[in-house]
Amino acid sequence: MADIVVEQGRLVRAASPRKRASLQNVLGRKSTVAFFLTLPLILLIVLLVLYPAFYSVYLATLNKAMTKFVGLGNFTFLFKRETFWMVVRQSCIFAITAVVFKALIGFIVAHFVHNIPGKKQRKWRGMLLVPWVIPPAMSTLAWLWLFDPSYSAFNYTLSFFGVGPIPWLGDTFWARFSVILVNVWYGAPFFLIMYLAALKSVPDQLYEAASIDGANWWQKIWHITLPMMRNIIAITTLFSLIVTFANFDIVRILTSGGPLDRTHLFATWAFQVGIQSSDIPLGACVSLFMVPILAVAAIFILRDVNKRGNEA
Amino acid sequence: MSRKTLTRRQFVAATAMSSTALIAAPYVRGAYAAGKLSIGFWDHWVPGANDASTALVKEWGEKEKVEVSIDYITSNNKKIELTAAAEAQAKSGHDILQMPSWWPHAYSENLEPLNDVMEPLIKQNGEVNGTVKYLGQSGGKWLAVPATPGSQIKGPCSRIDLMKKHAGIDVQEMYPAGAPPKADNWTLETFLKAAEACHKAGFPFGIGLGETTDSVDTAGAIFQSFGAELVNAKGDVTVKTDEVRQALEFYKRLIAVLPTDAPSWDDASNNKWLISGRGAMIMNPPSAWAVAKRDAPQVAEQCWTHGFPSGPKGRFAPFLPYFWGVWAFGKNKEAAKSLLVHLSSPAAIEKFVAASGGYDLPAYANMTKFKTWAEEGPPKGTLFHYPDPYKQQTMSIAASPAPPKIAQQIYFQATLTKMALRFAQGEKLDTALAWAEGECEGFMRT
Repeated sequence: MADIVVEQGRLVRAASPRKRASLQNVLGRKSTVAFFLTLPLILLIVLLVLYPAFYSVYLATLNKAMTKFVGLGNFTFLFKRETFWMVVRQSCIFAITAVVFKALIGFIVAHFVHNIPGKKQRKWRGMLLVPWVIPPAMSTLAWLWLFDPSYSAFNYTLSFFGVGPIPWLGDTFWARFSVILVNVWYGAPFFLIMYLAALKSVPDQLYEAASIDGANWWQKIWHITLPMMRNIIAITTLFSLIVTFANFDIVRILTSGGPLDRTHLFATWAFQVGIQSSDIPLGACVSLFMVPILAVAAIFILRDVNKRGNEA
Repeated sequence: MSRKTLTRRQFVAATAMSSTALIAAPYVRGAYAAGKLSIGFWDHWVPGANDASTALVKEWGEKEKVEVSIDYITSNNKKIELTAAAEAQAKSGHDILQMPSWWPHAYSENLEPLNDVMEPLIKQNGEVNGTVKYLGQSGGKWLAVPATPGSQIKGPCSRIDLMKKHAGIDVQEMYPAGAPPKADNWTLETFLKAAEACHKAGFPFGIGLGETTDSVDTAGAIFQSFGAELVNAKGDVTVKTDEVRQALEFYKRLIAVLPTDAPSWDDASNNKWLISGRGAMIMNPPSAWAVAKRDAPQVAEQCWTHGFPSGPKGRFAPFLPYFWGVWAFGKNKEAAKSLLVHLSSPAAIEKFVAASGGYDLPAYANMTKFKTWAEEGPPKGTLFHYPDPYKQQTMSIAASPAPPKIAQQIYFQATLTKMALRFAQGEKLDTALAWAEGECEGFMRT
């Protein structure tokens, strides 16, 4: 709607050739104003995102001593490493499992919260958002203490039922379980709030009409809620997938990638290879490997969103 | 209106007087006439230990008329490593940067050679140990100066009571305060039997099997005690040797009696293990004991720091030195060198040791008998053998003697502990060896 107004404004002014040429006219355009207003952000993105991204591409083409151009040599080296493929596998397991559970929990809890009346709903919304608003480094430290096999509340509680002690972070299975659990705990409120917003925008008349037609709760979800939330589900999933794939802090604090590298993700392994082992080009390669995976996911999901948008 | 003319004679006289005045006048030196210097020091965990560094630098700055600024950089979350990487990339930063063990080699191309500093220091303070030479020298060139703050030996810190009761070992008798050790029987076999006995009694030794330095350093010393090298000094992969097999067999027996969560331990876990009173021994510098003095005094007064058990190829102690490096792109390199000489004087080193309560270890042979180590307690003398005053141990670092740039990767990828853990968790010996061989081949990149 706004664009049309701008166009109309421009056309009206275009009647006078003197005004059209003036700087005032250029500056007066909404698009110019919008550009200048977003310029600080554009500059920040160029400085803090684009420049490092291109610099890491450059770094990835150097040898370990960073004295020679080796082209794609680092990638071919990486593809022969057993540990690298283990990290790829683990990153996929971590990201997909965590996102599925976050989406599922977010969806279910959003329905519960949606059905809580007025004032009480605000309280629940606030409480359920707590994990998401605590800085993850801090909350993960609390989880680290909870997972401590010798002194933790978890194992202490389990001991009353004759279970354990469970080596939460010392055993491959439990370590993977623990890092995914913390990621789900941290990320589910984001899904919850997005889904809640989407649920609120579904017209009640649709549900009423469906009830009159005799639809049960599952049919209402399948034929009304899910189609109406499709776009928000796709966007949220894509966003979460990107963030979860690039996760660093949770794994770094809980396991540092251990035991036996079995919880390493791209970011933690890139840090270990690049910074701790002083092989910055190889570290850059590891982190860049995420780009094509996420780009493909982004293309598919966004294409689908566009398609549905056009249909609408 | 009269106009006075300047005669030739008057001009010559005036010029001569001005020249004389300029030459004869005293040179007035400003407060910071010799320029500026910026330093990045490791942020010491001992409260007040940074004050010793600040005071020594201030003393030097006032004497040399140099304006000095100090940043204390924490080692938490690899902040020092990140700072070093950023400064080396940007070719800009501090003039002097304190860096952990492997970093002088990692940035050798960016560091100013310091032979003119190290050679007189060695004459003054005594020879440095082999690990300091291995990490601080390249092709006869000193890359950095060993720093006393932060340098440490990660030897055994035993519980006197538990070791006596459950393993029948009197660690105070074996390593008496103020006297040479009587540790001929303190071998890896004795150590293993003690570990089994303490495990049986419910007080397992707290040795980590994770990927952080404490776990790797212990593994390194044990492997070296067997003569086991994954990559030799020439850079050849030597994983499939009898020595490595022996070391792995030993580790498998040891892992069986360690805490079940040891694979996930970090550098704080062993400290907690000792302080909580659950373990009879850990491998650590006296930081755990120092915290126990505050939080669990009944545990602290039963702690005794002593030498490493010996293996078939000798007695090796894990030594982890810090270094002070001077960037080649620094702006005041001569002043930086002068400060490093000042910080490495015997008086300065003694101050560092005292300020850290005996935690900091100088790398020089003549600097192992300060009164701090003799007097610290309780129990008095608990740190006497910490600096290895009778030179009974070979100071070593895990993954040596491989060329440092390869060894650094073996070290930080924790190849030793991972290999031991794989074998102990049921992987076939040959499979574990093949995995380690593949890893080491990958570390050969240049």
